[in-house]
Amino acid sequence: MTFNIIVLAKQVPDTRNVGKDAMKADGTVNRAALPAIFNPEDLNALEQALEIKDQYPGSKITVLTMGPGRAADILREGLFRGADDGVLLTDRAFAGADTLATSYALSMAIRKIGNFDIIISGRQAIDGDTAQVGPQVAEKLGIPQITYAEEILNIGNGKVRVKRRLENGVEIVESPLPAVVTVNGSARACRPRNAKLLQKYKHAKTITERQNENIDYIDIYSSRPYLNLTEWSVVDVDADVKQCGLSGSPTKVKKIENVVFQAKESKRLTDNDYDIEELVKELIENHMIG
Amino acid sequence: MPNFYTDTPQFKHYLQHPLMKRIVELRERNYADAEKYDYAPMDFEDAMDSYDKVLEVVGEICGEIIEPNSEEVDHTGPTLSNGRVTYAPQTQDNIDALNKAELMGMGLPRRFGGLNFPMVPYMMSADIVSRADASFQNIWMLQDCGETIYEFADESQREKYLPRIVKGQTMSMDLTEPDAGSDLQAVMLKATYNEAEKQWYLNGVKRFITNGDADIHLVLARSEEGTKDARGLSMFIYDKNSGGVTVRRIENKMGIKGAPTCELVFKNAKAELVGTRRMGLIKYVMSLMNGARLGIMAQSVGISEAATREAYNYAIERRQFGKAIIEFPAVYEMLSNMRAKTDASRSMLYETCRFVDMYKTLEDISRERKLTPEEKDELKYYSRLADAFTPLGKGMTSEYANQNAYDSIQVHGGSGFMKDYKCERLYRDARITNIYEGTTQLQVVAAIRHVTTGTYLQRIREYEAMPVSPELESLKRTLSKMAQMYEKLVEIVTSPKDEEYLDFHARRLVECAGHIIMGHLLLQDANADPEMFRRSAEVYIHYGQTEVIKNYNFVTKSRIEDMAYYKPDLNENA
Repeated sequence: MTFNIIVLAKQVPDTRNVGKDAMKADGTVNRAALPAIFNPEDLNALEQALEIKDQYPGSKITVLTMGPGRAADILREGLFRGADDGVLLTDRAFAGADTLATSYALSMAIRKIGNFDIIISGRQAIDGDTAQVGPQVAEKLGIPQITYAEEILNIGNGKVRVKRRLENGVEIVESPLPAVVTVNGSARACRPRNAKLLQKYKHAKTITERQNENIDYIDIYSSRPYLNLTEWSVVDVDADVKQCGLSGSPTKVKKIENVVFQAKESKRLTDNDYDIEELVKELIENHMIG
Repeated sequence: MPNFYTDTPQFKHYLQHPLMKRIVELRERNYADAEKYDYAPMDFEDAMDSYDKVLEVVGEICGEIIEPNSEEVDHTGPTLSNGRVTYAPQTQDNIDALNKAELMGMGLPRRFGGLNFPMVPYMMSADIVSRADASFQNIWMLQDCGETIYEFADESQREKYLPRIVKGQTMSMDLTEPDAGSDLQAVMLKATYNEAEKQWYLNGVKRFITNGDADIHLVLARSEEGTKDARGLSMFIYDKNSGGVTVRRIENKMGIKGAPTCELVFKNAKAELVGTRRMGLIKYVMSLMNGARLGIMAQSVGISEAATREAYNYAIERRQFGKAIIEFPAVYEMLSNMRAKTDASRSMLYETCRFVDMYKTLEDISRERKLTPEEKDELKYYSRLADAFTPLGKGMTSEYANQNAYDSIQVHGGSGFMKDYKCERLYRDARITNIYEGTTQLQVVAAIRHVTTGTYLQRIREYEAMPVSPELESLKRTLSKMAQMYEKLVEIVTSPKDEEYLDFHARRLVECAGHIIMGHLLLQDANADPEMFRRSAEVYIHYGQTEVIKNYNFVTKSRIEDMAYYKPDLNENA
């Protein structure tokens, strides 16, 4: 038994280590000042895919990402960890997409890849925190979705069984395949990059990268076809331009507020249970935790 | 996310050493593997890029998994039940992570599944792993036994065992016995050959065996009945799958508690002979030990790095008398000395690695084809340097690891004495480095002939011939003065032709050579990258000069007869 798995992954600014230049004066994220990384929960998703492949050797994992040319890094990162293939969806017409336009574009690319058993993605990306893309992709494709997945317990006979991590406990659900599964950060961390795969795929490039960059090893792209990363445009995936990018995005940002936390007053607490309980209550009331 | 490779720019500096080009060329046989293996480099730049990228993975695993696990590993440790060892769960996690990353068998050829890395990047990994968890470095570094199998076992044994090592099976080297520690000639574990079965059997006890419940063991045993010395010893491979060895106890150690140190009982354990009978200790163990000493050097450097960083970070945070304690001369001097000793140790480690790389690779090539006369000279030259630098480096760096761990606690003050800070573990972990794989005293025994035959002095002359920028000239002059004192000391100590007198001062002489050599290495580093190394070069050479003067005074201000005051009177009733 083997499975064709598509992992949806996004390149995001590393908002976990925010320095003072992280935001621009207008309140938008200063992407240039933040290192671009593999969205953390997408790595959890990749690990779930890799574990299916460990269990069913011969299964194929394709990492699909949408973004600018440099998002090809995400595909390489996937290959270094054990993915078999990568597709970069890139086109100026995709720029400025909200979650609706993004999921439309991704669903068109998934249709083009075709023949998939399961689509796995992270629950949400750390730059937007919407958690909408996975579910919307499922809707566009007309297939079931399982969100907040912590572990894919088993897959086979046209079904997938998943443990979900919910607010007050866990839930085990089953769905027919194909399905979309979005994975929580509480799932197992992704395995490290593999030293051999890293050396094997480090020269993998998209066609644009090969054209734009000064490439040292030109011959290898014909003798080693696996080094050619797939790159698709709007036309390649037969997408309707109007539904892509800014024109396909009904979301309008009304206002961005720059919130600066300032410590105005301090409170001294002892370590007795009463003080701690009161503090926890206060934090819950202020929605600081919950 | 901490990365123990990228946060230490010294690694890239040593990776870029000019000799690397030749090392990699030899190691990669002019990049012939690129045709056969999809992960083999196509040229020098490609190979260097691969080392850099793989080390970044090692640094990430160490920073994100192994170091965060280290405290728990120290507390939990391995357990023994029914003669079998179970690692602490976090140790197992570390092993799993490195296996998934295929970072086992780093130095082995690709035809066995290895990465074919030279010693330099391989030992960088060991250095980084040790900084994260010295006890784990022991377990991981034992993959080095694979090198010995590659070097001395026959092809069928290589094919049988090396791919298993690459897949992550663990190893041990079973040498020590209750009555054979430093003196391995006394090994008694018995190997008997059953003619009918054409099979070797091992019987006896081994003690203090690191990772003693490993999958694959290299065992030193007495194969020649009636013999009592080194010439009756052979080396064997014991495969855990064939059974016959149980773990009787796990030692309760002071440090490196995550690595199980075992007492093993061999009862009719089936084993395979490695290479030729009687060569076990004389040839194979000597080679194995040299590799292991390099591993301990790397372990020492890793501990020094960790101890220095812990102290530095504490000294910046900790405030007393209204300021951070790092601002007090008494504290910052300590910290600078720690950094200098750490940098000097690391420079020594990679210089030694380069020598080992050169001669081992040429030796390996000599098994495939005849070496050219130039290559033969090269092999001889580097083999001698490796032989001289390995004990010197192991001795110096392991002593520095101890000093740095000691000072790290001192910087922490009372807090450092508590179990709450990492420095106390580093102090315990460091303590074994100058004991196992030969105590410092035994490293001196191995190193002293390179004092008397002039290997060190010759190398010092070569360093002196290397140009430096004008602002470093005065440091170089200091080193020359130190070398003059060293030369004079050697003359004084060797001229009476009294073995005991030479032994008495041997450590002083070897240390002087160490200070001068490590000073030169840092000087060269500072010349290439003043910003990274100038301070350490200045601090270390000042320190080294003081030590050389101290040793010089000790020797010149005492008479040969004074030895009598140190000598035990064995006739006296104690």
